[in-house]
Amino acid sequence: MALNLNPNFSEAGKRYFNAYSPGDDFYEMLINTHRDLSDEQSELLNARLILLLANHIGDIGTLREALNVAREGV
Amino acid sequence: MLTTYTYPKFEYRTPPEIASGKTLKVPVVVVGAGPVGLGAALDLQLHDIPVLLLDEDDTVSIGSRGVCYAKRALEILDRYGVGEAVCSKGVSWNVGRTFFREQEVYNFNLVPEPDHHRPGMVNLQQYYLEEYLAARAASRPNIDLRWKNKVVSVAQTGKTVTLKVETEDGCYTVETDWLIAADGARSPIRRMLGLDIEGKVFMDRFLIADVVMKADFPSERWFWFDPPFHPGQSVLLHKQTDSVFRIDFQLGWDADPEEAKKPENVVPRIKAMLGAFDGTAREFELEWVSVYTFQCRRMGSFNHGRVLFVGDAAHQVSPFGARGANSGLQDADNLGWKLKLVMDGKAPAVLLDSYSEERVFAAAENLVNSTRSTDFITPKSKVSRTFRNAVLSLAKDHAFGRALVNSGRLSVPAFLITSSLNTPDSAPDTFAGRMVPGAPMDDAPVLENGDPGWLLNKVGNCFFALYFADDPAALDVATVATLSALSFDNIAVQPLVISRKPGTVVGGIPGLEDPRGIAAQRYDAKHGTVYLLRPDQHVAARWRNLDAKKVKAAVARATCNA
Repeated sequence: MALNLNPNFSEAGKRYFNAYSPGDDFYEMLINTHRDLSDEQSELLNARLILLLANHIGDIGTLREALNVAREGV
Repeated sequence: MLTTYTYPKFEYRTPPEIASGKTLKVPVVVVGAGPVGLGAALDLQLHDIPVLLLDEDDTVSIGSRGVCYAKRALEILDRYGVGEAVCSKGVSWNVGRTFFREQEVYNFNLVPEPDHHRPGMVNLQQYYLEEYLAARAASRPNIDLRWKNKVVSVAQTGKTVTLKVETEDGCYTVETDWLIAADGARSPIRRMLGLDIEGKVFMDRFLIADVVMKADFPSERWFWFDPPFHPGQSVLLHKQTDSVFRIDFQLGWDADPEEAKKPENVVPRIKAMLGAFDGTAREFELEWVSVYTFQCRRMGSFNHGRVLFVGDAAHQVSPFGARGANSGLQDADNLGWKLKLVMDGKAPAVLLDSYSEERVFAAAENLVNSTRSTDFITPKSKVSRTFRNAVLSLAKDHAFGRALVNSGRLSVPAFLITSSLNTPDSAPDTFAGRMVPGAPMDDAPVLENGDPGWLLNKVGNCFFALYFADDPAALDVATVATLSALSFDNIAVQPLVISRKPGTVVGGIPGLEDPRGIAAQRYDAKHGTVYLLRPDQHVAARWRNLDAKKVKAAVARATCNA
């Protein structure tokens, strides 16, 4: 499955009247998850999160593409 | 400093009550003649309610302050009679550029959606808006506008609100049935009544400068994250009218506001910024400089007995997204018709609880959106900054990254989908699109007697039943009779027939032509579809077939008479 690089957030059962809302919902949740953590704890949280999401995606081809895109910009 | 604007000085007149010693008795007092107080007064006079409007000052907002007036506010201003003045003086911009460090990461072109009267936004210094509103208010016989009249005490019983008003010639007393507090973020009325407003101060300072460009400069919005000329902070440049540009520099909490404001410190910053995009040196002059902090907070309830809070007095947000004056005007829009029905005894006073319910809902949405923007623009932790910078670095090449860049989500009206005034859609009726009960109405081009106009200018101020018909001339007698008799108790429901075909409805019912079917498409209408529209141009209910009983029940529900 090709890596989706277009906006792709949504929540089941939720109606959006503005295109930016689902992405902003996610981003706020992401930042809130890190609240009150030390930098080291945040780093660990991010690593755990990447592993969880990677396993959920599962497809190694898609993950390889994502890893490459992530690496290109650093 | 240069001045492109001459501040009006409004005339103070000695109130007659000073000499007579009599208590002034009026049905409604509005305190505060800023955009929201003036809007509230203009809304009430549209309902033939006489208004006493008090303001402690005698001029308009100093400095540009509010800059961006969004579509819904412009539509409300149309109802108040100043929409055209604001739109023709204001400027539109479509191109926005977002920079991260040295690079432009992307730009966008906000081409306005066609077939709406008003654009997504216009930029205009707040003093112009206030000047137009004040001139409009002064021309209305029902508005007694008193400058340099300061409220120094307020007390309410169950039946009346008593104000003591101070002027340079002495004090007088006002007794009123209703008080609308539009007296701004620090609201003396709120303080005198001992009412709370809860939220937080953002620990950041912003330098704000109006500059006049001496040569042509593109009508664009520029937003910098972490630019080389102002490392670690954000900078925004926004076009206003009269070749005036607004520039915002995030300073951080530790900055010394007095030092930052000095022209010898401001000018080099602006020079560096204006040259950063393409290396061109551009000449400019400073017009106004200020340093501000902001709070994100709101009152728990916007109505307290006979006192109703609107605008910044009730809720404050960060400036990112232009949700201050825009949402305050929507407060006025929501309140006017409800207060009218309560004052006329046509609705119980609990209808005013729905003002609070609906506008608290909208304020909460505004707080969420402006807080999200603030958190993106000014990250509060290392990890938050890392994510922000990661989004910006992805934005250059990937659409999903661009969608996450949050440099302010422009004010849009709340869809009041949870309001107790709505009548939900009921089976078997189904509808596509956005015009759900509680939605602010979408505009559409229409013809009235062959003359081009706009749907939103044809409805409002009272309830309307908008009936979609294939052929107005072919409407049967029974339908016409039903449409003509939809009023509930003494609450008028104005029928309006809209059709793709030209033609006249029998029975004197006004008609609109929807020549390209845009209204029908936006409202997902078929022949026989009927929308019940509130006086503030929100959808109250809708059906696939006209049924007088259902319409009346929905009017009752929308006015707390059910």
